[in-house]
Amino acid sequence: MSTAVSMPRRRRWGTPLQRREAMEGYLWIMPWVIGFIVFSLGPIIASLYLSFTKYKIGGTPEWIGWANYQEAFFKDKLFWPSLSRTAYFSVATVFLGVALSLFAAMLLNQNFRWRAIFRALYYLPSLTPVVSLAILWTWLLQPQVGLVNFGLYKIGIEGPGWMTSSTWAIPSMIMISLWASIGGGRMIIFLAGLQGVPKELHESAEIDGANSVQRFFAITLPMISPVILFNLILGVIGSFSVFSLAYIATNGGPNYATWFFMLHLYYNAFSYFQMGYASALAWIFFLIIFVLSYAQIKLSDRWVYYEFV
Amino acid sequence: MATTQQSAPTVMQPMRARSNSGAILRKRLGTLVLYLAAILTALMFSLPFFWTVGSSLKPITEIYVFPPTLWPKEIRWVNYSDVFRLAPFALFIWNTVVITALAMIGQILSAAAVAYGFSRFRFPGRDWLFFLVLSTMMLPWQVTIVPTFLLFRYLGWINTFMPLIVPSYFGGGAFYIFLLRQFFMTIPRDLDEAAKIDGASSVRIFWNILLPLAKPAIATVAIFSFIQHWNEFIAPLIFLNSTEKFTVSIGLRYFVSNPFESDEPREAILMAASLIVATPPLILFFAAQQYFVRGIVTTGLKG
Repeated sequence: MSTAVSMPRRRRWGTPLQRREAMEGYLWIMPWVIGFIVFSLGPIIASLYLSFTKYKIGGTPEWIGWANYQEAFFKDKLFWPSLSRTAYFSVATVFLGVALSLFAAMLLNQNFRWRAIFRALYYLPSLTPVVSLAILWTWLLQPQVGLVNFGLYKIGIEGPGWMTSSTWAIPSMIMISLWASIGGGRMIIFLAGLQGVPKELHESAEIDGANSVQRFFAITLPMISPVILFNLILGVIGSFSVFSLAYIATNGGPNYATWFFMLHLYYNAFSYFQMGYASALAWIFFLIIFVLSYAQIKLSDRWVYYEFV
Repeated sequence: MATTQQSAPTVMQPMRARSNSGAILRKRLGTLVLYLAAILTALMFSLPFFWTVGSSLKPITEIYVFPPTLWPKEIRWVNYSDVFRLAPFALFIWNTVVITALAMIGQILSAAAVAYGFSRFRFPGRDWLFFLVLSTMMLPWQVTIVPTFLLFRYLGWINTFMPLIVPSYFGGGAFYIFLLRQFFMTIPRDLDEAAKIDGASSVRIFWNILLPLAKPAIATVAIFSFIQHWNEFIAPLIFLNSTEKFTVSIGLRYFVSNPFESDEPREAILMAASLIVATPPLILFFAAQQYFVRGIVTTGLKG
């Protein structure tokens, strides 16, 4: 620090002033670094280790190799059904959800009065705590006196048992989560994306005689494709993690119809206290999410348009 | 539809003088369809709430009638006081207020500090680390929950508020860091450079210059953070287990799954309780709507 003349003993990064700045920068982000190590990285590694052990709370972890994974893939009768159920739920909510959120955002992107009020009303469901949501919909979908079946009865359809029927339980869940999420954060993100589409593009295309459908596919969709990708990736992760709604409204029933993967993990960890097996489930889940996200990013080369000036 | 087509031109007759009536008609029709679609969608999202408000005021005899009524014939306000009589709901609310307040403070302060570090300092690996921050958004809680639970258990924190508060002080969540960093980048650097020349430390610059200027962004983060902690379900479910520690979310679930001591029917009371739980986020949202949406839209998600 005292001598300005550089002695080429050990190459250090930058000038003393730059090093001071870097030190300060590291100090400022330190809370996140510690949090990342303690609450993300550490637990990920720990759960990988635990997934190869038999560990009941209170005892010591006992190394059992691949046994937990073998248990999951070949013996656990609830494993594959819970995974396919979750995939069914995920596919439906992601595709319908992204499409309907985009539709709602496009509606709100039009020029009309009281847009703010409409936007607030659309947003309402996503502000509602999930427990309230579950109670509210348990009653709306109540087979005998619920409002939904009453509406169906009015138009001459006999409504199903919804959450009490094992075939209709997952469609009920899909319906509820769509209702709760269409007007939420995803729609707002689409709205932000739509407002970033230059008006001149639409105007010049209109002068050239393109109708609104053509303009949607040729201008809007490519311009917001990065936002669509973002919403798709987060949508897949979110829908694969479905837990609270099913846990509260049906607790996995009737007859395991809504026993999603996360319920399986939760019960193994916190009811049966099989921490080793639950960690294996968590890692299987982690790998599924990783592969799905990676595949989406790779495939996105073909349809996402990035604007590089 | 047919009637509107006929009535629209007659309404417009006086001002039609020179313009092309066909084009105007089509535009009017378009506006009409737009409003119809917007109103129908809004109804779909809000009707269930109205129905729940109605049901929460019904006497039990009216809950199970067919056809269902939208609004009770006889309004029973007492359902709302019954919520507090039949379960320690005031305590649940107090617990949630304490947790939410403490977690919010931590989340705002630490996310702002980290965002300051990422937006105002140059250091090796900065962009790579910021990418890592963003990628944690894609890490589902389920992957880390078992070791995290074991850690808190080791620390003796199970059935205390600590697991619900302390993690907020360490980074405060990727989304908030991102939001605040984006906002800090829009504040001209000249301001803090000038303060630096005058000898202000980075703590002073952060506290006295950037934070006051970032009030709108901080308001956005505060609202999101409040709603997130108020509505939080999974963490209290896993980390709390005695009734007197419950938050409103799991208190409400306890209400659903545990029969009362008396055999009173409780459907209407349950709906009253669920509305009580849902009210604070709704009020906050309406009071601060402008921050809520603008905060996201203006921070430029185009990155």
